[in-house]
Amino acid sequence: MNGIHDMGGMHGLGPILPEPNEPVFHDRWEARMFGVSAAMIYPPAFSTDQYRFLVERMPPAAYLSQSYYEHWYFACALVLIEAGMVTLSELSTGQAVPSSTRRDDAMRAGDVEAAIAKEGKCSRETASAPRFALGQRVTTRNMHPTQHTRLPRYARGRSGSIYRCHGAYVFPDTNARGDGECPQDLYTVTFAARELWGPDAGRNDKVYLDLWDSYLEPA
Amino acid sequence: MSPGHDHDRDHLLEHVPSDPALRVKALESVLVEKGLVDPAAIDAWIEAYENKIGPRAGARVVARAWVDTGYRQRLLENGTDAIAELVPLGNQGQHMVVVENTPTVHNLIVCTLCSCYPWPVLGLPPRWYKSAPYRSRSVLDPRGVLKEFGVELGSDVEVRVWDSTAEIRYLVLPERPPGTDDMNEEALAALVTRDSMIGAGLVPPASTKKGA
Repeated sequence: MNGIHDMGGMHGLGPILPEPNEPVFHDRWEARMFGVSAAMIYPPAFSTDQYRFLVERMPPAAYLSQSYYEHWYFACALVLIEAGMVTLSELSTGQAVPSSTRRDDAMRAGDVEAAIAKEGKCSRETASAPRFALGQRVTTRNMHPTQHTRLPRYARGRSGSIYRCHGAYVFPDTNARGDGECPQDLYTVTFAARELWGPDAGRNDKVYLDLWDSYLEPA
Repeated sequence: MSPGHDHDRDHLLEHVPSDPALRVKALESVLVEKGLVDPAAIDAWIEAYENKIGPRAGARVVARAWVDTGYRQRLLENGTDAIAELVPLGNQGQHMVVVENTPTVHNLIVCTLCSCYPWPVLGLPPRWYKSAPYRSRSVLDPRGVLKEFGVELGSDVEVRVWDSTAEIRYLVLPERPPGTDDMNEEALAALVTRDSMIGAGLVPPASTKKGA
């Protein structure tokens, strides 16, 4: 979707403010939110692609004014509401309704180490040869899906070259909406900075994006 | 969901506490009460990323590549396998690509669409990396962004920006600073900064080492 999250190329969002000796978490609630999200195994088979699309659905003003772990809160709360596992009223009061069922199969502390080390690869076996060859010129599609995509606006309708083929990977556009993994070839495509940004960009500078087969057409 | 109308989305933030600390506390309390999360598991995740997983892992990879040309070659050819020789991969680092800075090429890593970052080698991302200013401008004006980090590149240096749009996670192999020929791998690793492995900094010479 053409959302506020798709920020590449925008102006006016302020200076970059590196923080010397920055702590991992700035407040305990940030740490708790990180931990809640990481320890949450519901709804079952919930994917990173679905998670990203939930964050993208934040109202744009809230997305800009709220911080990273507030985005996590929003995604986590919204998915649980939509799955019928919590209600808005429960999230307002902090108390489960007395009639709600209690599960006993949550991730345990002893499971965390394995969850961190989990291979969880997004690459998939494929029998077909890649459509594009290394060095081949390609043009990205001019497309504006209302749902999740990983082709940023700044790189739509632009021409570049195939730099690397990674093989087939889970396709986020379908996976995020629950329509399956539909794996397809993933390429790193290199674009001249001037192709994306015009003559003021550095003459030799380049931008590399990882793009799926169906985002691309032969140039 | 239909475009333009998204009921739950529109009303969620109106009904929950406005203070994020209270909002998160309420969420955690409800989930714990329902048995959907175990507070001890939350503690374990926090403990791992606050105290165990961080940029020292990436620094070990860089230092090894500086002293071992065979390792450096493996690292640039297959980042995932070579890093796994030294650092356990997994969550947010299943597919790794390492890009090398040279006197004529400078690499910079960003995720314009969210905040993808190689957790196993760098830990959780710093706030600036997740911020709108960095995500918006690093692809458009990388040289200007690098200047804000104190890195000035000549026009003869090619800047390569890597926008992490898929599940490939990137790590920059920074240049080894001059005057470090006598240092061993461990001492070299201590020089490597987090920012240099994102491309937002250079590894400083031994005598002027800074925090980040």
